[in-house]
Order: sequence, then C-alpha cells, then structure tokens
Amino acid sequence: MAKPVPLTVNGRSVTVSVDDPDMPLLYALRDDLGLRGPRFGCGLGQCGACTVHVDGKAVRSCTVPLSAIRPGDKIVTLEGLGSPEKPHPLQKAFIDEQAVQCGYCINGMIMEGAAFLAANKSPSDADIRQALAHNLCRCGTHLRIIRAVKRAAQSI
Amino acid sequence: MTDIIALATRRDVLKGGGALIVSFGLAARFSPALAQASATAAAAKTVAPDEVDGFLAIGADGKATVFSGKVDLGTGLRTAMTQIVADELNLPLEHVTVIQGDTALTPDQGPTYGSLGVQNGGAQIRQAAATARKHLVELAAQKLGVPATDLAVEDGTIKPKAGGAGVSYAALIGGRTFALKLDKEAKTRDPATFRVVGKPVARLDIPDKVTARFTYMQDMRVDGMLHGRVVRPPAMGASLESVDESSVAGIPGLVKVVRDGNFLGVVAESEWGAIKASRKLKATWSKWAELPEQAKLFEHVRATKVSKDDVTSNVGAVEEALAKGAKTLKSTYDFAVHTHGSIGPSCAIVEIKDGQLTCWSPSQATHNLRKQLAAMLGLAPEAVRCIYVDGSGCYGRNGHEDAAGDAALLARAVGRPVRVQWMREDEHGWDPKGPPTLIDLRAALDAQGEVTAWDSAFFIPDGVTGNVPLVAASLASLPHETAYAPGNVIQNSAIPYTFANIRTVCHRLAETPFRPSWIRTPGRMQNTFANECFMDELAAAAGADPLEFRLKHLNDPRGAELLQRLAALAKWEKRPSPQKQAGGGDISRGRGMAYVKYELVRTYVGAVAEVEVNRRTGEIRVPRFYVVHDCGQMINPDGVRNQIEGNVIQTVSRTLFEELTWDRSMVTSLDWASYPIITFPAVPEVVMELIDRPSEKPWGAGEPSAAVIPSAISNAVFDATGVRLRSVPFTPVKVKAATQSI
Repeated sequence: MAKPVPLTVNGRSVTVSVDDPDMPLLYALRDDLGLRGPRFGCGLGQCGACTVHVDGKAVRSCTVPLSAIRPGDKIVTLEGLGSPEKPHPLQKAFIDEQAVQCGYCINGMIMEGAAFLAANKSPSDADIRQALAHNLCRCGTHLRIIRAVKRAAQSI
Repeated sequence: MTDIIALATRRDVLKGGGALIVSFGLAARFSPALAQASATAAAAKTVAPDEVDGFLAIGADGKATVFSGKVDLGTGLRTAMTQIVADELNLPLEHVTVIQGDTALTPDQGPTYGSLGVQNGGAQIRQAAATARKHLVELAAQKLGVPATDLAVEDGTIKPKAGGAGVSYAALIGGRTFALKLDKEAKTRDPATFRVVGKPVARLDIPDKVTARFTYMQDMRVDGMLHGRVVRPPAMGASLESVDESSVAGIPGLVKVVRDGNFLGVVAESEWGAIKASRKLKATWSKWAELPEQAKLFEHVRATKVSKDDVTSNVGAVEEALAKGAKTLKSTYDFAVHTHGSIGPSCAIVEIKDGQLTCWSPSQATHNLRKQLAAMLGLAPEAVRCIYVDGSGCYGRNGHEDAAGDAALLARAVGRPVRVQWMREDEHGWDPKGPPTLIDLRAALDAQGEVTAWDSAFFIPDGVTGNVPLVAASLASLPHETAYAPGNVIQNSAIPYTFANIRTVCHRLAETPFRPSWIRTPGRMQNTFANECFMDELAAAAGADPLEFRLKHLNDPRGAELLQRLAALAKWEKRPSPQKQAGGGDISRGRGMAYVKYELVRTYVGAVAEVEVNRRTGEIRVPRFYVVHDCGQMINPDGVRNQIEGNVIQTVSRTLFEELTWDRSMVTSLDWASYPIITFPAVPEVVMELIDRPSEKPWGAGEPSAAVIPSAISNAVFDATGVRLRSVPFTPVKVKAATQSI
C-alpha cells in the first residue's frame, strides 16, 4: 500500500508516494521527482555518482533508504546548487576548467566537493585528492576536477 | 510539439528554419518528450554519404544543421564538429547545430571508434561543407552578377570583395535542399583563415552537464514507458531450466516476467519495482563451469587453437639472423582481461509501435545496431530507427548495445516502451571484455651490440571489426553474429624501427574466454606494451640510453622530432637503464619512456613516466607523466589535451590496478571493490606538449596516447629497480615477487 512521504528537496516541500520504505532515496529523486543531478552508478555507495546533500552533508543516495530520511531533513541536489544562469562557484569552476568528459560522475564530484569546501576554506591539492578519494571517474578527468575545486575554493 | 514532430522530416527541417532545427537538435539532447516525438516521424531526409544533403542543411534563417554519423561519447566531438563546420561555412559557432547518430537523419560514417571521429568523420563533413560553400558562392555569383573569385563569405553572407550588397545563405538556399553530390575536389578553406578551428573553444555540453540540465540516456523517459531489468544466468553458459513466478507475486507494479530461451527479464511500472523483482525472482539454471582456470589463463591462451596467422611484417631473414646472433634475448609479455568500467551502467529505451521499432541508446554505431536489432527480431532494417543519446563514457564497445537488445526483447513482450538500465553487476559481469593478450619476443644482437633480428608472436583472438553479438540475441537463440569482433587488434604489432631482420606474426586464436570487444586502444595498447618494453630490454642489453637507442633506429623525421622534444620536455638524462641506486630505503625512483606511431601511419606519441617503487610493499606510484603528442592539425587543442589526460590516467589505472577475475562459471569482479580503478590520490600529474601542425591532416587523439603508458611505466620500474615487469597489471604481489627474485 503506497504511503505519502514528505520530503524537503532543494528548498521545496514535496510528497512522494512510496510503497516500499526500503527504496533508496535516489529513486524517489530521479523517478518520482524527475531530478537528474544524482545518478545511478553502482547502487553500492562505491562510486559517488548519486551524491546529494542531506543537511549539508554529502550522502550517497543509492544506499540511503527513504525510511532513514526524516521529514525535516534538507535534501539538496545538483539542481539545487545552481543553474546555468546562476551557477554555484563550484559549477562555474567546472565550466572554467572544462572539467568534464562524459560527465556522468560530475554530479558526485561537485556535490562531494561543495560539502568539502563548506568546511575547508583553503585546501591543498593533497586535501582535495583525499576529499574525493572515494569518488570514481573513468574518463580520467581527475586533474581538471582538482583544479576546479581549487579554483572554487579561491572564489568562495 | 507538433512542430517538433514535423521537424524530423527533411522537408520540415528545411521549412522550419534554423531556429526550429535547433529545437529539434535540443529535442534529442535535452528533452525526452520531444525526442520521443521526433522519433515518431518517418524521415524523408537522405542519409546518403555522397550527398551534401546527407550531412548538411541550411534552414530558412541561414543557420546550419549538421548530421553526423560519428557521436560524442563524452569526447567533445560535437564541439569539434561544430567548429569544423562553422569555419568551413564561415558561420558563427552558435549558428551551427550538430545532430548525431540518428539512423533516420545521419549518414552511416562507421562506428565511432579507432580515434577516427575527427580524422575520418570530420573530414567527410568538412568536405560536405566545402562543397556546399562552393555551390553557394556559385549561386551568389549568378545572383549578384559578380565572378565567384571576386566574392567573399562573411558570417553566412556572400559579398563582393570590392564592397556592395551581398546575399545570405538563407536567401540562396535556406529551406531548400542542395541536391548536390559531395565534391571531393571542392577546396577547403585555408587554415590561416580559421577563426575557431585550432582554438580551445569551450565545450558546448559542459554548462548543462554541471547543472543537471543535460539529458543523458539514463535520464530519458518516453510516454507510457515501463522499466525493465535483466536476470542473467549465474554461470555464463548456463541454461534456464525453470522460473518460479510466484516468487515475485505481490511486487507492486510488476507487469511481466519475460522469458525467451535463456533470456530472462522483468518489467515493472517503477524502476525500483523492476529492481526488486529482478532480485527476488527465483529461477533454476543448469550447471556450467567451462571458463579456463584464471591462474592458468596464459597457458590456456597459448594452447588455444590458432585459426590463422597474420604476418604483419617480414623483412630479411629472421631465423638466420637469430641463429647467428652473438647474444639473443627472449621475453614473454602478457596483458590481463579488462572491462570497460563505465561509471553509468548501460541503458537504452526501445519502443515497438505499428511494426516500427525505435531505439534510443548511447551506441557508438547506431547504423550497425539497427541491423542487429532488425536481424534479432526478424524486422526489415527500414523498420528500425536507432537514435544516439549521450550516455556514460564507454571507451569502446561496452554494454550499451546489449542494453538495447534487452530493451527490444522486453518491449516486444509487453507491447509498451521499455527502459533497461543495467545494474552494476550486469555491467561488470556482462559487458564484452578486452581479451587476454600474450606476446613472445626474440631478438639478436651482434658482437658490437647492434640489433640484427626482431621476432615477435602475438596470441590474440581472431575476428574482425564488425558487430559484437548482442547478449539478448545469444541468450534467446535469436539470429546474431557468430564471429568475434575484438577490434583491429593486429595494429602496432609491427614496429616503427629499422632493423635488418624483422618478423611480426599474429596468431589469431579460434577462441577467447570472454565475448571480446574493443576497449580504448585495442591491440595497439597490448602490442605496444610488449614492443616498447622489449625495445627497452634491447637498449639495456646494448648499454644504450633508451631514448637515443630509439632515435638511432628510427628513420622518420617527424617521429625523431617528437622524441627530441620529449627529451627536452622531460629533461631526459642520457644514460642507460637501470640507474645506479644511491643508498638504501624502501623507495626506488626511476624514469622510463615509450614511443608509438599509431598504426604506423598516424598520430605520434612519446611519453616519459616517473615512478616510485616501494620495494617492501611492491606498490608503484606514478607521480608524473610527460607526453609529447603530434596528431597533425588540432581542431580543439583543449579537447585534445582533455583526451590525452584521460588516456594517461585511465591507462595508469589499467596498468597498475585492473584485472578481471572469475571462477570457472562466471566473472567474480562484479563491483568497484573487486575491480578497483584509479582514485584521486594515485592520479599522476600530466605535463604535456602538443605539436601544432595546422596545415597538416587532423589525426585521431582519442586513443594513441594510451598506447605508450604501460610500457613507459614498466621501463621506469626497470630503471628504478632493475626489475622488468612483463605482466599487466603491475600488482604489488607481482612487483614484490620480481624484486625479491633478483
């Protein structure tokens, strides 16, 4: 029996109808709310493509069941960070550094990077590498991603 | 919406004008609903590769739409194509839109592989644009009463050089077809006049990709669509004996369990419902355990039946020279089985309606996929339309086409559009693999240390560069290809060096353990690994500096220039390897180099690796790579740079970390924990020099620099430790075993 679950996503209160509280948050965001920022990569919390913020923390939405989300939790996705017209400093830095190849992992890089920068104002390259150590990129865009995070750190 | 549907037809593309063509271009890229609508139209447009109209249309507003059979795949090809046409037609970048890989709209330019997107695909499109421009100037000459030679083109308007009124592309042809054969002689523009080609133009897709506006294949939805998941056999060759449908009863929204031979899948209203059903479905399968024992893989490869020998070079009398040699060297190299490892699992949507099948997928080769789907389902190819939608990077033929095959079987079974996205274990387990490669090398040196003979034998799967059979068709015993398609893996088995006696032979194997396909730099990577390491062995045997040794045997001024530049860039210290280690400690440092002329006919790459080897743990760190790259004309130098960085980093990953694992029944490296790839802390810095040759032909950049990475690392490890690593990946276990044995 489907039940309504209230969520706060990108500053808006929404309700999704859920028949399985074990369903990972990712599917509610993508399939019920039509968001595209968080992406399915592994379903195992290994790659980071599905990363969103929950109360400012970077969280892997593919392994977080909806039942673990409290009504007041503030969920932010890549869409909520900024837009092409008004990008977040990190999104702008990714454009400036051309830090994308296929771009499938980039949601995770930006969301993980944004949560990291919120707590680390002037990170070294080694800090950035460590912060993103559990986010996988297959195209080999890493060096540009490091530069983009560094550039954003300088502009925030 | 109606306008958009109409736009998919040739006539309406032209009537609609550029602005609406752009909308259509956006439809495929950004709006699933529009993309679906566009697919419902029957295309009257020609896709003939010898017609200008095949590749190009000028809308009523004078804007150009390019129809490219080559597709982006995350490489930046869309931006490069836009640059090429903008310059050739002298239009602003924003007046050029590129539509890719739609069998109803784009000519078959061959699969997007082999670093041929710009080199071949771009050249064809450039020629179409040059033909169009020539024709437009001729039309303008008639209209203006001014000789063609006295006219100049500026931003889509043709004007007399002497001044006076001009005439626009829109007025000359807007909304009409060219009806013109592609003219191979039509003069292309002088590179000196280019405004955007050769410039690091920002990629057109990046702003949308970093703000979640972009529509990946995985984001696409079509009306009435259901979600499918596949249930693969637990053993690769197992047969499906029974299915217990009661095991999934009660899963909300489950539409159907689909069984066709050994193909098994589920379809549900929701994606999570389909995932749950695929996990809960109980099925019994026969036992199957015919994979070779992994520990004895290369014994198995060596013992495999050879179906034919391809002799890729044969100069002089190798056997005789080997027999006479004062010193002979003999080495065997091997290279592990690799998976493509796309971060986003393969995905496709198929709709079958009124006998017409429409497939959206990130396929590298929609024209080929169209034929495969048609054959599988017994349809005429004309009844199938395949539309490219950007997906996760594939680096070769991964599972995208297979997901399309799965979606086709499921859509046929339920009579509604079905989206299939593979789960991680499907991707790691069932994408086609880069085959295991075994290479034997022998060489002779005379008393003066001169190389007198080079002899090599490559054990690589037989097969062609055709289609990789679809998993669904194989499992369901529907019509499919039976020949292997590992890619053109014999390339770069022959060497770029001038020895008196050379023989290079590829033993084409009748069987290989896993369905093979091309993964970035197929064959060229494995073959160059062995060749460039063995070259290093010879240099060491001759007591020569590895870079000087190569130069001495290179009769190719362009290659020699590249090596000289590499020596300067990397501040190469001339001396033989291995270096003398100063002092003790666990860490040994070294540098190694490698060189390739891709397929011996195009892009030149030289690389120097710096390594740190921990003798105690066996771990290798690669802090830095130097690369010099000559691909002739560069359309977008930053695009080239991005591709080279990707090649270096991805191949360091393949060289140090990657190895498929399996038991006798099935792949066991089914996630990122069991098939680790490189992570940020291990990524090397890449110092690069791009040789710019604007008046030369543009060659490929998507693969060649990957070819030199494994050998450069191995050679650097030798320089550091005196140990020669001949088996990819260079795992700590292998490194420790090797360093402790000397």
